Amino acid sequence: MKGNVIKYDEKNINTDLIIPARYLITSDPDYLAEHCMEDLDPDFNEKLKEMGATIMVGGMNFGCGSSREQAPIALKASGIKCIIAPSFARIFFRNCINIGLPIIEFKDFDELHTSDEIEIEFTEGILNNCSTKQKYKIMRMPPFIQEIIQSNGLVNFARKRIL
Amino acid sequence: MGFTITEKILREHCNNNVSAGDFILANIDKCLANDITAPIAIQVFEKIVEGTGKSVFDKNKVILTPDHFTPNKDVASAEQCKILREFAHKNQIINYFEIGRVGIEHCLIPEQGLVSPGEVFIGADSHTCTYGALGAFSTGVGSTDLGVAMALGQCWFKIPESIKFVYNGKLKDWVSGKDLILYTIGQIGVDGATYKAMEFTGDVIKKLSMPNRFTMCNMAIEAGGKNGIIIPDKITEIYLKKVGNKKYKMYDSDKDAEYFNVIEFDCNNIEPQVAFPHLPENSKPISEVDGMKVEIEQAVIGSCTNGRLEDLRIAAKILKTQTIHSNVRCIVIPGTQQIYLEALKEGLIEIFLNAGAIVSTPTCGPCLGGFMGVLAAGERAVSTTNRNFVGRMGHIESEVYLSSPAVAAASAIKGYITAPNYL
Repeated sequence: MKGNVIKYDEKNINTDLIIPARYLITSDPDYLAEHCMEDLDPDFNEKLKEMGATIMVGGMNFGCGSSREQAPIALKASGIKCIIAPSFARIFFRNCINIGLPIIEFKDFDELHTSDEIEIEFTEGILNNCSTKQKYKIMRMPPFIQEIIQSNGLVNFARKRIL
Repeated sequence: MGFTITEKILREHCNNNVSAGDFILANIDKCLANDITAPIAIQVFEKIVEGTGKSVFDKNKVILTPDHFTPNKDVASAEQCKILREFAHKNQIINYFEIGRVGIEHCLIPEQGLVSPGEVFIGADSHTCTYGALGAFSTGVGSTDLGVAMALGQCWFKIPESIKFVYNGKLKDWVSGKDLILYTIGQIGVDGATYKAMEFTGDVIKKLSMPNRFTMCNMAIEAGGKNGIIIPDKITEIYLKKVGNKKYKMYDSDKDAEYFNVIEFDCNNIEPQVAFPHLPENSKPISEVDGMKVEIEQAVIGSCTNGRLEDLRIAAKILKTQTIHSNVRCIVIPGTQQIYLEALKEGLIEIFLNAGAIVSTPTCGPCLGGFMGVLAAGERAVSTTNRNFVGRMGHIESEVYLSSPAVAAASAIKGYITAPNYL
């Protein structure tokens, strides 16, 4: 996977910021995407388009707060293909895996910047910052989780089991 | 090597020789969703079972509680609730709670005897960790997890390491479970227990009432915890008897169980706490807060954290023969219909109305800025709820201060944040 970075330095970017509760009156991904991140950055969607950014980098404890799956759904529908942060809140972490949105815990947060082009090789466990020409090791997911991601989310994984 | 209560419960539910750090696919005892999370879970469920003619894994073990934006606050909310209602009917879900019977889920489920010690309980709501107060492994998950659980009766977990929190000493006047958990989050931070089980123990916990135990476990998620848990004891059993729950299995942690960390608190010096905007970790002792004269426009007493009868009794004790400050809107929300009725019988509702508070039907409403008390720009609320994030109760320039019912009630009288001992 290859893409451009959009970075938010804030710690504790919570699910109320990612998708405020006032928009939870529906689960339509496109509607959620329209309002994604707007309380933190009203220009979020425009910036993504302008920069062609698909990889979101955030601060520690990313995704804390409510269990609302609308948060990763909104990000995915906005065009985000991977989320990177030094640490994640646990429900957000599992929601991303469950909807097939790759998520990476990455301690060297300062090494990634807005507009950097990065390439991620999930099976090898390598993150390559093409802009700074630096390579980093990332944690490889346990086989159990890899199977869910490879099934493109938990739904297909479960469907295989029920048939 | 021994095991913690959390490890033991999860081991029992996956037939594997596993411990902290291992990934498992566990059998679940119950699963729960609400009007915000169930619609997506139902979509997921339908995708999984499409063309198989299969129904939910067990119609007795799926619980649906339309409690967040109900009674339906607008057309869109009504549409979401309709999805739950039709799904419940189609799948003959026994524990679907219609308006008139529903309450705030984490007050309602234990009261209905729907969660037991030793169970694995998942809910598509982050505050599902509340039921750890009964010695269950109980945790919040997402809607996809819930949809899969409704189909398979299973959920994947990484067995968490545990942090043991030991509360020693004696509680001061007006200090409650809410103050202990706000203090704890203030000490360790909102990510202080990320991915971990928070096991609450010590002399103070052993004497703590069930409502206070629910409050503490409820906010485990606010420290990033996977679950809060308290070893069940006599107090647990008395509660279970009262709600008619007879079938359960009580676990204990082994003496030689491994903990990620052990943190001890001396409760003799813990005061009532107030968490300042915009994180639950910003807690300060009331002696520091009182002098700041933080003026408020709203006081909310209720929620899955503090909407139980004991909470209302404390608020009523303070509000009796008093008048809500003229600048303050005081909103009291009993957690369930049963709590509402008991509060009515005890004369608590009359006290609230006479003081100039309003009493709402059970709903999550204002806690997440839904309705029934949304804040305008620049307004401040003291609230017995669990989150004070930016915009949580309304406008992004509004502020929420988290506290116990005692502090919220005293503040409603004074018009600024204070505690009963300063009245």
